[in-house]
Amino acid sequence: MMAGNGISRRGTLRAGAGVMAAGVLSAPMVHAQGTGGTLRCGFWDHWVPVGNDVLRRLCAEWGQRNRVDVQVDFITSVGNQNLLTIAAQAQSRSGHDILSFPTWEPSAHARMLEPMDDVVGRLVAKYGPINPIGEYLAKREGAWRAIPAVSGSQHKPSLGRFDLLKQHAGIDVQAMYPAANQAGPGVDQWNWDNFLVAAEKCAQAQVPFGLPMGSFTDAVDWVGALFRSYGATMIDDRGNVTVRSNPAVRQVMEYAVRLCRFLPNDVYAWDDASNNRALISGRSALIFNPPSTWAVAKRDAPAVAEKCWTFPMPAGPAGRFTPYLPYFWGIWSFSRAKPAAKGLLEFLSEREQAEAQTTTSSGYDIPPFGTMSDFKIWETEGPPTGVVYNYPLKPHHNALQNISFAPAPAEIAVQAYNQAINTKMIARVAQGGETIDQSMAWAERELRNFARG
Amino acid sequence: MSADTLTAVPARAAPAPGSGSLRRFARRRSTIAFLMTLPLLMVIVGLVAYPAAYGIYLSTLNRRMTASIGFGNFEILFDTDTFWDVVWQSCIFAITAVIAKALIGFWLAHMLHHIPVKGQRKWRGMLLVPWVIPPVLSTLGWWWMYDPSYSSINYLLSVVGAPPVPWLGEPLWARAAIIIVNVWVGAPFFMIMYLAAIKSVPEQLYEAAQIDGANGWQRLRFITLPMMANIISITVLFSLIVTFANYDIVRVLTNGGPRDLTHVFASYAFQVGILSGNIPRGAAVSLFMLPILAFCAFFVLRGVTRRNKEQM
Repeated sequence: MMAGNGISRRGTLRAGAGVMAAGVLSAPMVHAQGTGGTLRCGFWDHWVPVGNDVLRRLCAEWGQRNRVDVQVDFITSVGNQNLLTIAAQAQSRSGHDILSFPTWEPSAHARMLEPMDDVVGRLVAKYGPINPIGEYLAKREGAWRAIPAVSGSQHKPSLGRFDLLKQHAGIDVQAMYPAANQAGPGVDQWNWDNFLVAAEKCAQAQVPFGLPMGSFTDAVDWVGALFRSYGATMIDDRGNVTVRSNPAVRQVMEYAVRLCRFLPNDVYAWDDASNNRALISGRSALIFNPPSTWAVAKRDAPAVAEKCWTFPMPAGPAGRFTPYLPYFWGIWSFSRAKPAAKGLLEFLSEREQAEAQTTTSSGYDIPPFGTMSDFKIWETEGPPTGVVYNYPLKPHHNALQNISFAPAPAEIAVQAYNQAINTKMIARVAQGGETIDQSMAWAERELRNFARG
Repeated sequence: MSADTLTAVPARAAPAPGSGSLRRFARRRSTIAFLMTLPLLMVIVGLVAYPAAYGIYLSTLNRRMTASIGFGNFEILFDTDTFWDVVWQSCIFAITAVIAKALIGFWLAHMLHHIPVKGQRKWRGMLLVPWVIPPVLSTLGWWWMYDPSYSSINYLLSVVGAPPVPWLGEPLWARAAIIIVNVWVGAPFFMIMYLAAIKSVPEQLYEAAQIDGANGWQRLRFITLPMMANIISITVLFSLIVTFANYDIVRVLTNGGPRDLTHVFASYAFQVGILSGNIPRGAAVSLFMLPILAFCAFFVLRGVTRRNKEQM
């Protein structure tokens, strides 16, 4: 012990350690690039490789302007890697600040997502309302849990060979839906009944329509739009199963079974790539798909691509509907950078940035605002020029977006969607030999069980 | 030596009451054994017991994972047609595939055993290839061969004038296609295990049987098979567990289709739990494998123990 001053060596060390600890704990958050902290984003890994580049560039631009270090990861949906990442981050309550959520995920994790009403409110004030399906999927318990994203959101309208449709079915789809803001002759005849006739003629000409009937999203989406256009709701918005009480379900089932006779006999095993291959290889006259199929054809089969045209789906007794599969941008409630995350998402949703994303993806990405359906890329993309003009919904299409099994409560609808109840119901009759009654009874039992527990 | 010294030494050596018992405890063989196995126990607890317990816990929650519903998820599954299809298909798939793998593996092992040693290594290596390729990759190759529209197998069939087979489009063919791939991947494992077992059968037994006039079938029936019984049982059990829990082959080839008629427990659990956002029910589906496999394991291992006792 030191004599005289009353300060021991041990006491000095202890006091020093205390000062150090206090200094470290109270120090401001200082980062390499700026003072706004770090923002970790996990965006969907785009099918179009340059689709990632534009997001990376936009994030860097916003980060630099706001002095925030924006770290961007791209998570693939191949093998449902993005779903596994979302589930893992939700369970561990750690991970990215911002994530891209596929269609049903915002409602599945609604309670763990930061409400985005303030951001959505400002965007709606600028660009008008978000489409109803975006609202159905993202709004829970009165709050927007995520923003419908630009990157990755897609429509699945008709993508057909205009030459084959004209030659075999006598339908001039370019005249019906030209690359202009007007409908041409024959649009009022573009309904499911005439579609069936065209399907039969094309099947006889060995270029059958490539409509999948398996359990993947392309199949569930187009069948969902077909059902909706007949008013064939299988579950109402309160979760009541209406398969047998709604006569439109039987009506659409009878139609779908007739249609199946003119489809390739292996459609029950098709995945999301099978219909693309059918069109690109020249074996099919029509599929329901985003323009990614045309983009691949442009690269691999230019002669096929030059004869492709995108146009709305046929109409049914209850209207015309286009399958819509949006992505969402959400912020975890455990994020420590919520204000910065909201700022970035608002920036990415603005018209200029939305157009940059859509343009870079050759028109694939669909913004959630109807007022953004006039981007230049949809007019200029080709060949043939205007091939994707009618890919976004235009007012003269008289069509609405659709997600299968809406308006059922999302937690029930997601199960019906992913277990492809609508396509299986058709396949059980068309392939399995059951009666429509048996198949509907099966669907009713499955849907009731989804609502239990 | 003085009396003081005699009394002083034990006094200095005597440990404090607490530390002495602690030291004795630490020196006990069981304590040392426990400490040495502690890392392994931690691995088992962390990677086996905890996930299993967590899976059981998850299966008792409601869809939103906010409250316990006990065995409610199992009740709902028992009331679901698709689930019973999955149970039936998993059993068909696992039993058929394991029997086929065991028979082919045994035949291959038997053939290999009779090849001269020099050539045996080459054949052994080649036959093991399906087993060492990651199944996801090899299954993708099979998928291309089975492709609904552009199947290379169908192309070969068309060369000889045979009609195309809807490999993945018709439920019966799709089930057969999945079993074929599983057998192709798994048979080499049986082959290598059975080859090791055949090589361990003493040659004198065959010589004695030959002297007694036993034919080939009798040597197989009364020497080879009884001597291999334990290996066959253990291999079948192991393969049954792995085949029951198979996921990648079904996922890549059919995704459970057409009409859910090729789903097995793992692929259905993934569809229900992860894709459909109902993790508790997905956990319940995967846990349903446990009693079936425990039942099989009990009888197989009881047979092994009984045979061991008989041989002692």
